[in-house]
Amino acid sequence: MNDVHQDPCAHCEEMMQPYLDHILTEAERVEAEHHLDSCEWCRRRYRFEESLRVYVRQAVSEAMPVGLKEKLAALRIPLD
Amino acid sequence: MAEAPPDANRIAAEARDRVRFEEEALALSDQVFRVARHLAGSRDEAEDLVQETYARAFRSWRSFTPGTNLRAWLLRILTNLNIDRGRRSQRAPATTPLEANDYYLYDKLSQADGAATDEEKVVERLSQDDIVSALSAVPHDFRDVIVLVDIGDFSYQDAANILDIPIGTVMSRLHRGRRILKRELADSMVEDVS
Repeated sequence: MNDVHQDPCAHCEEMMQPYLDHILTEAERVEAEHHLDSCEWCRRRYRFEESLRVYVRQAVSEAMPVGLKEKLAALRIPLD
Repeated sequence: MAEAPPDANRIAAEARDRVRFEEEALALSDQVFRVARHLAGSRDEAEDLVQETYARAFRSWRSFTPGTNLRAWLLRILTNLNIDRGRRSQRAPATTPLEANDYYLYDKLSQADGAATDEEKVVERLSQDDIVSALSAVPHDFRDVIVLVDIGDFSYQDAANILDIPIGTVMSRLHRGRRILKRELADSMVEDVS
């Protein structure tokens, strides 16, 4: 990374999470996209973060244990 | 035919509401377990916790307001039970957890072979086990928020209600928690290589 990009890229890094969460102000969003349009280096890192979020969610998703649903149904309070 | 007395009508209507409530709650149990699994310390603890949650939910169904978010209501019960019973893993470290900048993990992973690769491929260098253990290593205050928002798809406001913390705290813990998680993942890569 060269010096010219150092500050804008550090700033872009700070905006990454709120950008992907869609909570930047309109002016900040435009600023981030303006930088991303011209910076492949940051663009890669944003794309990686998007992939990472999906990947983490899939990796940690565990199916419910067999039989748990039946155990829960058995906890229902019988009608009088 | 004589009309049913008002009391009988009321009881029948309440029974219908209760059955509907129970069925809606049961239909959410997969999603509740998926979140509970990472709020609790283990799969077994999560299973117990989900059962206790449903037992309590079925007993106190009248306190649920129809039309509000039932999944968040169930998770609120679950979170309180988890705290009450001291089942949170006591990982809160004496020192501030390490967090890295947001680009740190990508830089570590993409250095591994030096070649420019698709970002989607870079992420695949992390194993499922690495991710599960990295998440469990994140201190619970931060992990709870990541689990609710990034894995459970709850809004910031729902997460704030479930954990009984201000929405601003949800946002700051999420931001820092993700950085701590990435730091843990980057460290797991170093351990795998060495």
